[in-house]
Amino acid sequence: MKTAEEILARIKTALPEAGVEVAPNPSPSAQHSLLLSPASAVAVASFLRDDAELSLDYCSNATGVDWPGKEITEKVKVAKLVEGVETLVEEAVKRVEPGYLEAVYHLYSVKHARREIAGPVVLRMRTGNRTDQVTLPSLTPVWRSVEFQEREIFDLFGIVFAGHPDLRRILMWDEYEDHPMRKDYIDPDDYEYEPTPHDEVLKRAEMRKTEATV
Amino acid sequence: MAVEPDLKIELGKQGVFVTTVSEIYNWGRKNSVWPMQFGLACCAIEMIATTMARYDLARFGAEVFRPSPRQADLMIISGTITKKMAPQVVRLYNQMAEPRYVIAMGACAISGGPFKQGYNVLKGIDRYIPVDVHIPGCPPRPEALIHAFMTLQAKIDAQPLTGADRPRHLDAEAQGLFPVPEQGAHDLVPPVNRLVWPLPAPAAALKPGENCG
Repeated sequence: MKTAEEILARIKTALPEAGVEVAPNPSPSAQHSLLLSPASAVAVASFLRDDAELSLDYCSNATGVDWPGKEITEKVKVAKLVEGVETLVEEAVKRVEPGYLEAVYHLYSVKHARREIAGPVVLRMRTGNRTDQVTLPSLTPVWRSVEFQEREIFDLFGIVFAGHPDLRRILMWDEYEDHPMRKDYIDPDDYEYEPTPHDEVLKRAEMRKTEATV
Repeated sequence: MAVEPDLKIELGKQGVFVTTVSEIYNWGRKNSVWPMQFGLACCAIEMIATTMARYDLARFGAEVFRPSPRQADLMIISGTITKKMAPQVVRLYNQMAEPRYVIAMGACAISGGPFKQGYNVLKGIDRYIPVDVHIPGCPPRPEALIHAFMTLQAKIDAQPLTGADRPRHLDAEAQGLFPVPEQGAHDLVPPVNRLVWPLPAPAAALKPGENCG
């Protein structure tokens, strides 16, 4: 299997306009992935499937990742007047890095299955944010196998796949409005507590107790 | 009114068989309990094994698994009840004719089991329908299901046909229809049927002044 950089170079020669970059993985596995821009994702995916050399004709897995927005505190040197003298003062500046949702696809080649396989080719797509810009192009027209998995991502993460033939919830019921796999999901408080609660359950049991006595 | 056992034996020696209406009625009922043929999860595999030759549930008159709730007497809740499935389970129970019984089989069916803290799993079917026998285990062995079945038979046998403890089908006032929960925007609505599950309510559902138990 080719490395992500080699595949990227191949995409760039065939589709010079396509928005693709390598999303590096700093862990020891070094399983770098290809980050596709939603605008050209279907074209790139079709190329990866149809290119004779790559023939990534099998998408084994599609899943979602939720990256919530995080607050970052940075120290910035600012010029300030201190007792009439301009000096550089360190100031802590907080900024909020917006979160986004990510769809991840794992590709293999059945045609070149006899080749040495070092792992899947990983594709990623990211939404604009977590609230109103959550549309990504569906890759179901390219790999039929991800039809149900994109429905699952839609159900549990709330990514809307444009071009999906049958985008409905698959695990939860149609009237359901939440996205349970998102980090900020709060599940319904509908369980009574064990005789010996611990950890998270203990916390909630104690919360319930104070609520009931107030 | 029961027949004295000694008198019964003595008369039996003389070739006279003595019984009561309730005794023979319950004897007939307890030996022809037909379960409904439906499984929810892995416990269903144990339930199937129970009906097969090695464990042979047929010995207890319960081999006829009916594919229709109209013909079934016993509902074996065999497995995890997801919140998506729960309304269908309650609806099937409503469609069964009286007298009807429920065995909650396994950790999931009695309490939610290992998935209790999940957002999508009902924490025990007894939140919506009355359960006669609970079996713990994950999954319970076929022997445990047979034991539950024998417990149910003992329960049927002991039921008086008159008075306050009479079975539901002999009580014209008894509640026969159990409300099917709606699938709401965040959870099942209502999250629990208070008539069958009068234990502490979820905090959000508590009204001020209501006793939490």
